[in-house]
Amino acid sequence: METIITSKIVLTPLIPLVTALLIMASKNKPNLRETWSVCGAVLTFLSVVYFLPRLLGGGSYEYTMFTLYPGVSVKFQLDGLGILFAGTSSFLWIMAGFYCMGYMRGLDEHAQTRFYFCYAVAVGGAMGAAFSANLFTLYLFYEIVSIFTYPLVAHHQDEEGYFGGRKYIVYLMFASKAFLLPAMVLVYVQCGTLDFAIGNVASGIFPHTASPLLVKITYILCIFGFAKAALMPIHGWLPAAMVAPTPVSALLHAVVVVKVGVFSVARVMLSVFGVNLLDQLGLGTFTAYLASFTIIVASMIALTQNNLKMRLAYSTVSQLSYIILGVAMLTPNSITGGIIHITNHAFAKITLFFCAGAIFVVTRKKNVSEMGGIGWNMPFTMIAFGLASLSMIGVPPVSGFVTKWFLALGTLDINNTILLSVILVSSLLNAGYFVPVFYTSFFGKRSPGDNPSMGFQEGSPLIMLMVIPLFFTAVASVLFGIYPDLFLKIINLMVAR
Amino acid sequence: MEQYLIYNTLSYPILTVLVCVPIFGAIITLAIRGDRNLKIWGMLVTLLTAVLSLPLYSSFDLTTAKYQFAEFSDWIPFVNIDYVLGVDGISVLLVLLTTLVMPLCILCSWTYIQERFKEFICVLLLMEASMIGVFISLNTVLFFIFWEAMLVPMYLIIAVWGGPRKDYASIKFFLYTLIGSIFLFVAIIALYVTTGTFFIPELMTHHYSFSYQMWIFWAFTLAFAIKVPMWPLHTWLPAAHVEAPTAGSVILASILLKMGGYGFLRFCLPMVPGATVYCMPYLIALSLMSIIFGGYLALGQTDIKRLIAYSSVGHMGFVTLGIFLLNDAGIKGAILQMINHGITTGALFICVGIIYERTHSREISDNSALGMMMPIYVTFLVIFSLSSLAFPGTNSFVGEFLVLVSSFSKYKVVGGFAVIGAILAAAYMLRLVQKMVWADSDGHIHHGEKPHLSDLNFRETATLAFLAIFVFWIGFHPAPFLKVMDASTTHLLEQLESGMNVLPAGHGEPHAILNGVGESIKNLLALK
Repeated sequence: METIITSKIVLTPLIPLVTALLIMASKNKPNLRETWSVCGAVLTFLSVVYFLPRLLGGGSYEYTMFTLYPGVSVKFQLDGLGILFAGTSSFLWIMAGFYCMGYMRGLDEHAQTRFYFCYAVAVGGAMGAAFSANLFTLYLFYEIVSIFTYPLVAHHQDEEGYFGGRKYIVYLMFASKAFLLPAMVLVYVQCGTLDFAIGNVASGIFPHTASPLLVKITYILCIFGFAKAALMPIHGWLPAAMVAPTPVSALLHAVVVVKVGVFSVARVMLSVFGVNLLDQLGLGTFTAYLASFTIIVASMIALTQNNLKMRLAYSTVSQLSYIILGVAMLTPNSITGGIIHITNHAFAKITLFFCAGAIFVVTRKKNVSEMGGIGWNMPFTMIAFGLASLSMIGVPPVSGFVTKWFLALGTLDINNTILLSVILVSSLLNAGYFVPVFYTSFFGKRSPGDNPSMGFQEGSPLIMLMVIPLFFTAVASVLFGIYPDLFLKIINLMVAR
Repeated sequence: MEQYLIYNTLSYPILTVLVCVPIFGAIITLAIRGDRNLKIWGMLVTLLTAVLSLPLYSSFDLTTAKYQFAEFSDWIPFVNIDYVLGVDGISVLLVLLTTLVMPLCILCSWTYIQERFKEFICVLLLMEASMIGVFISLNTVLFFIFWEAMLVPMYLIIAVWGGPRKDYASIKFFLYTLIGSIFLFVAIIALYVTTGTFFIPELMTHHYSFSYQMWIFWAFTLAFAIKVPMWPLHTWLPAAHVEAPTAGSVILASILLKMGGYGFLRFCLPMVPGATVYCMPYLIALSLMSIIFGGYLALGQTDIKRLIAYSSVGHMGFVTLGIFLLNDAGIKGAILQMINHGITTGALFICVGIIYERTHSREISDNSALGMMMPIYVTFLVIFSLSSLAFPGTNSFVGEFLVLVSSFSKYKVVGGFAVIGAILAAAYMLRLVQKMVWADSDGHIHHGEKPHLSDLNFRETATLAFLAIFVFWIGFHPAPFLKVMDASTTHLLEQLESGMNVLPAGHGEPHAILNGVGESIKNLLALK
């Protein structure tokens, strides 16, 4: 099947934006407002599903909305990487939509309309980034996500919130202005266009005459410019963003926002520079070591964190680098492992954050050391936590195993034992910081202030709104571990060419 | 004449009309009584001018670089001074910007100006006539007359309706511009003495000796650099902006500053190309200084108007940078950036005026945490601030992108320095927005702590909405604006090219040392 030019593809980014406006319009009717939010999420997901058969048949959709200058346009195109990211994000938005209701009402948060509005716009931005067909469109939506997540990070509007928000926006804006903007201009100057070479991961868009030094500079500016990928040393915004309400940390800072970052890095590596050029200049290996460093160091920091959300945040920093590591090894197996981790990590990490939020709403506890015995009060939550942890560690049959399997195959393809040992050591570290949480929650000592007779806590409707989604995502994680075929097929379509 | 001009074929002499309507309007103002009637009259005249100017766009011939809608008649024959008007792709957008911004200036003064309304409308209309005159004159004497005519109404706007330090600011503005004008005048006379003509297109065809070009170049450059303003001649601008009433600031930012950029494009580049190319590194360096200093100084301001004034210095630095990179993308980017700056900074000054009317303070700290009270205002503020920091999808991004493309394709290091300006722009604008929208509020309105502030009324919303349309229009679809410049930019670059080639051989000899420095800077900039 060939590429069809149709404006249908604009629907996916447009639905969340329209949803946001509807949310704004019904600000005095909380029930209606949250209905819009969930409906918007469902419709967005359906629009992605609608595109899937065409993609699996080898076809694609494409649409140019505006042309700013020759080679610079707002243009969308469908491909495997984009649909995987869009599908994952929009599906988890449905889960998060329900979870938000429970969390925000459970804590009686203020400014909920603003919250839902920005939430929807941020997801819309991610959808736009997923389907963008050139660097400008990607940059446009990337920046929309940055701006609209600031109100979410600073949501509590206390000193901590403003501090976190400032750190967040300073890191992201600085990186995008200082690195990404010149990178984009340099790409344009060298290639005369910003359009991605989608569907051809081998060659990229750089002409053969490009000066190697300039290409290297452009590449380094690119990977640090996408600060949302949280590659060390520009990862500091992510822990700071944990001051946000937990649904934000869950959907945005484990899935949508950070994945926009790694998605963009992967997209630029595969569709702008191309595997051949990266290989030829040795940039792939360089990135792989950079990612390995992040994986190990972030995991070690995670070990030291007592605050559960902070521990999860550093775990995210580390896990995001798996995706970059996979792509950077530049072999079909490793790229598959990297890209499939976008989905695998998303489902597992959102479960973990959902759990952290549910624990906070029920017990008002943030620190791991205080969580002794709560597993008996919140069994479904903690079982889900356990399953998701297994995915993070990479234990079969949970989905994280699939990632590590392909990544390990990738390291063997390039005969790099250092990277192989990084993957193994990091798995041990993952176990090191996740197993104690699970263990404490069931077998740890109850903290002194606890009421020992506190029984089953997951029965009330508001709490159910949180527990059902998180249990669902945990089970999905297991299912994806057993049946990863669909994702592998989507990725194969892309990598095979 | 026909080789330069395409005579006006519209049913009315459009360019003369655009100058005369505001002048007659201003005279009739003197006979009108009552503030309300005066406002409506001012609005009518500026709207009429705006409507009459629209054929400039719709009937513009995109295929030619000649001066269009031209009018010609003898004026002072014995010294060869003619009355010649015409617009090309460089000036036509600036004329339209002027005619479209002026009604907004009346709208934003609706309640801001409390006294001497008659004089205010009168001065504003005279200002409009002379500003349009500057952009459409094709005779250096006529140009100079309009250039000087602008000075008096602007002086009055600051000196009569200005803030507490209006005397200082207005005199400073007057003196700076006047000094520039003197050099401009000398250059005009010198060109006449050499060539015997005041006709601008003809002056562009003459070839001058290198040292002569250098003198003319620096005389022009001084005048235009003050107007732009380029670092280190920018100090009049913050003073003038802070003291001027809203309409004055809008005119200053949106239109007056553009005359510097326009002057460079109309006089320096085509008339003295040899000197322009020779001096390019210095002017690029000065532009970079403007970008970085403007941004850096904006970062430290506590007065909103002063902050935006310094941001103007930075933005205009991008304009002059684009001009002096002397390539297609740079010049187009510069012209577009002039239009963008007119829209965005004009809108930001209107925003400041609106909040000043409510709180009577321009300090950021007195105008903080408005998000809860004035949601519509804050929405516009965010839109224009994002536009100011060149957020993708807004007008400034396109202009800045073109200038950056031009600098990175010519001198990578220059591009690197310009990026610092982009970072600073994000820093000071986001800081301003954060403080004005959120500050450290806890998300609840505390009654009694602050006076109740009403959100925008219909008039204010309409004013800002009009400009916001252009922010996104140029941001996503700049082709209608860029294609107007195509032919003229190409022609300008051809003039530059041919001018460079006929430079007298060995022109560098008397300047061997200077030339050496220039070359080494050029090499440094090109990373050789």
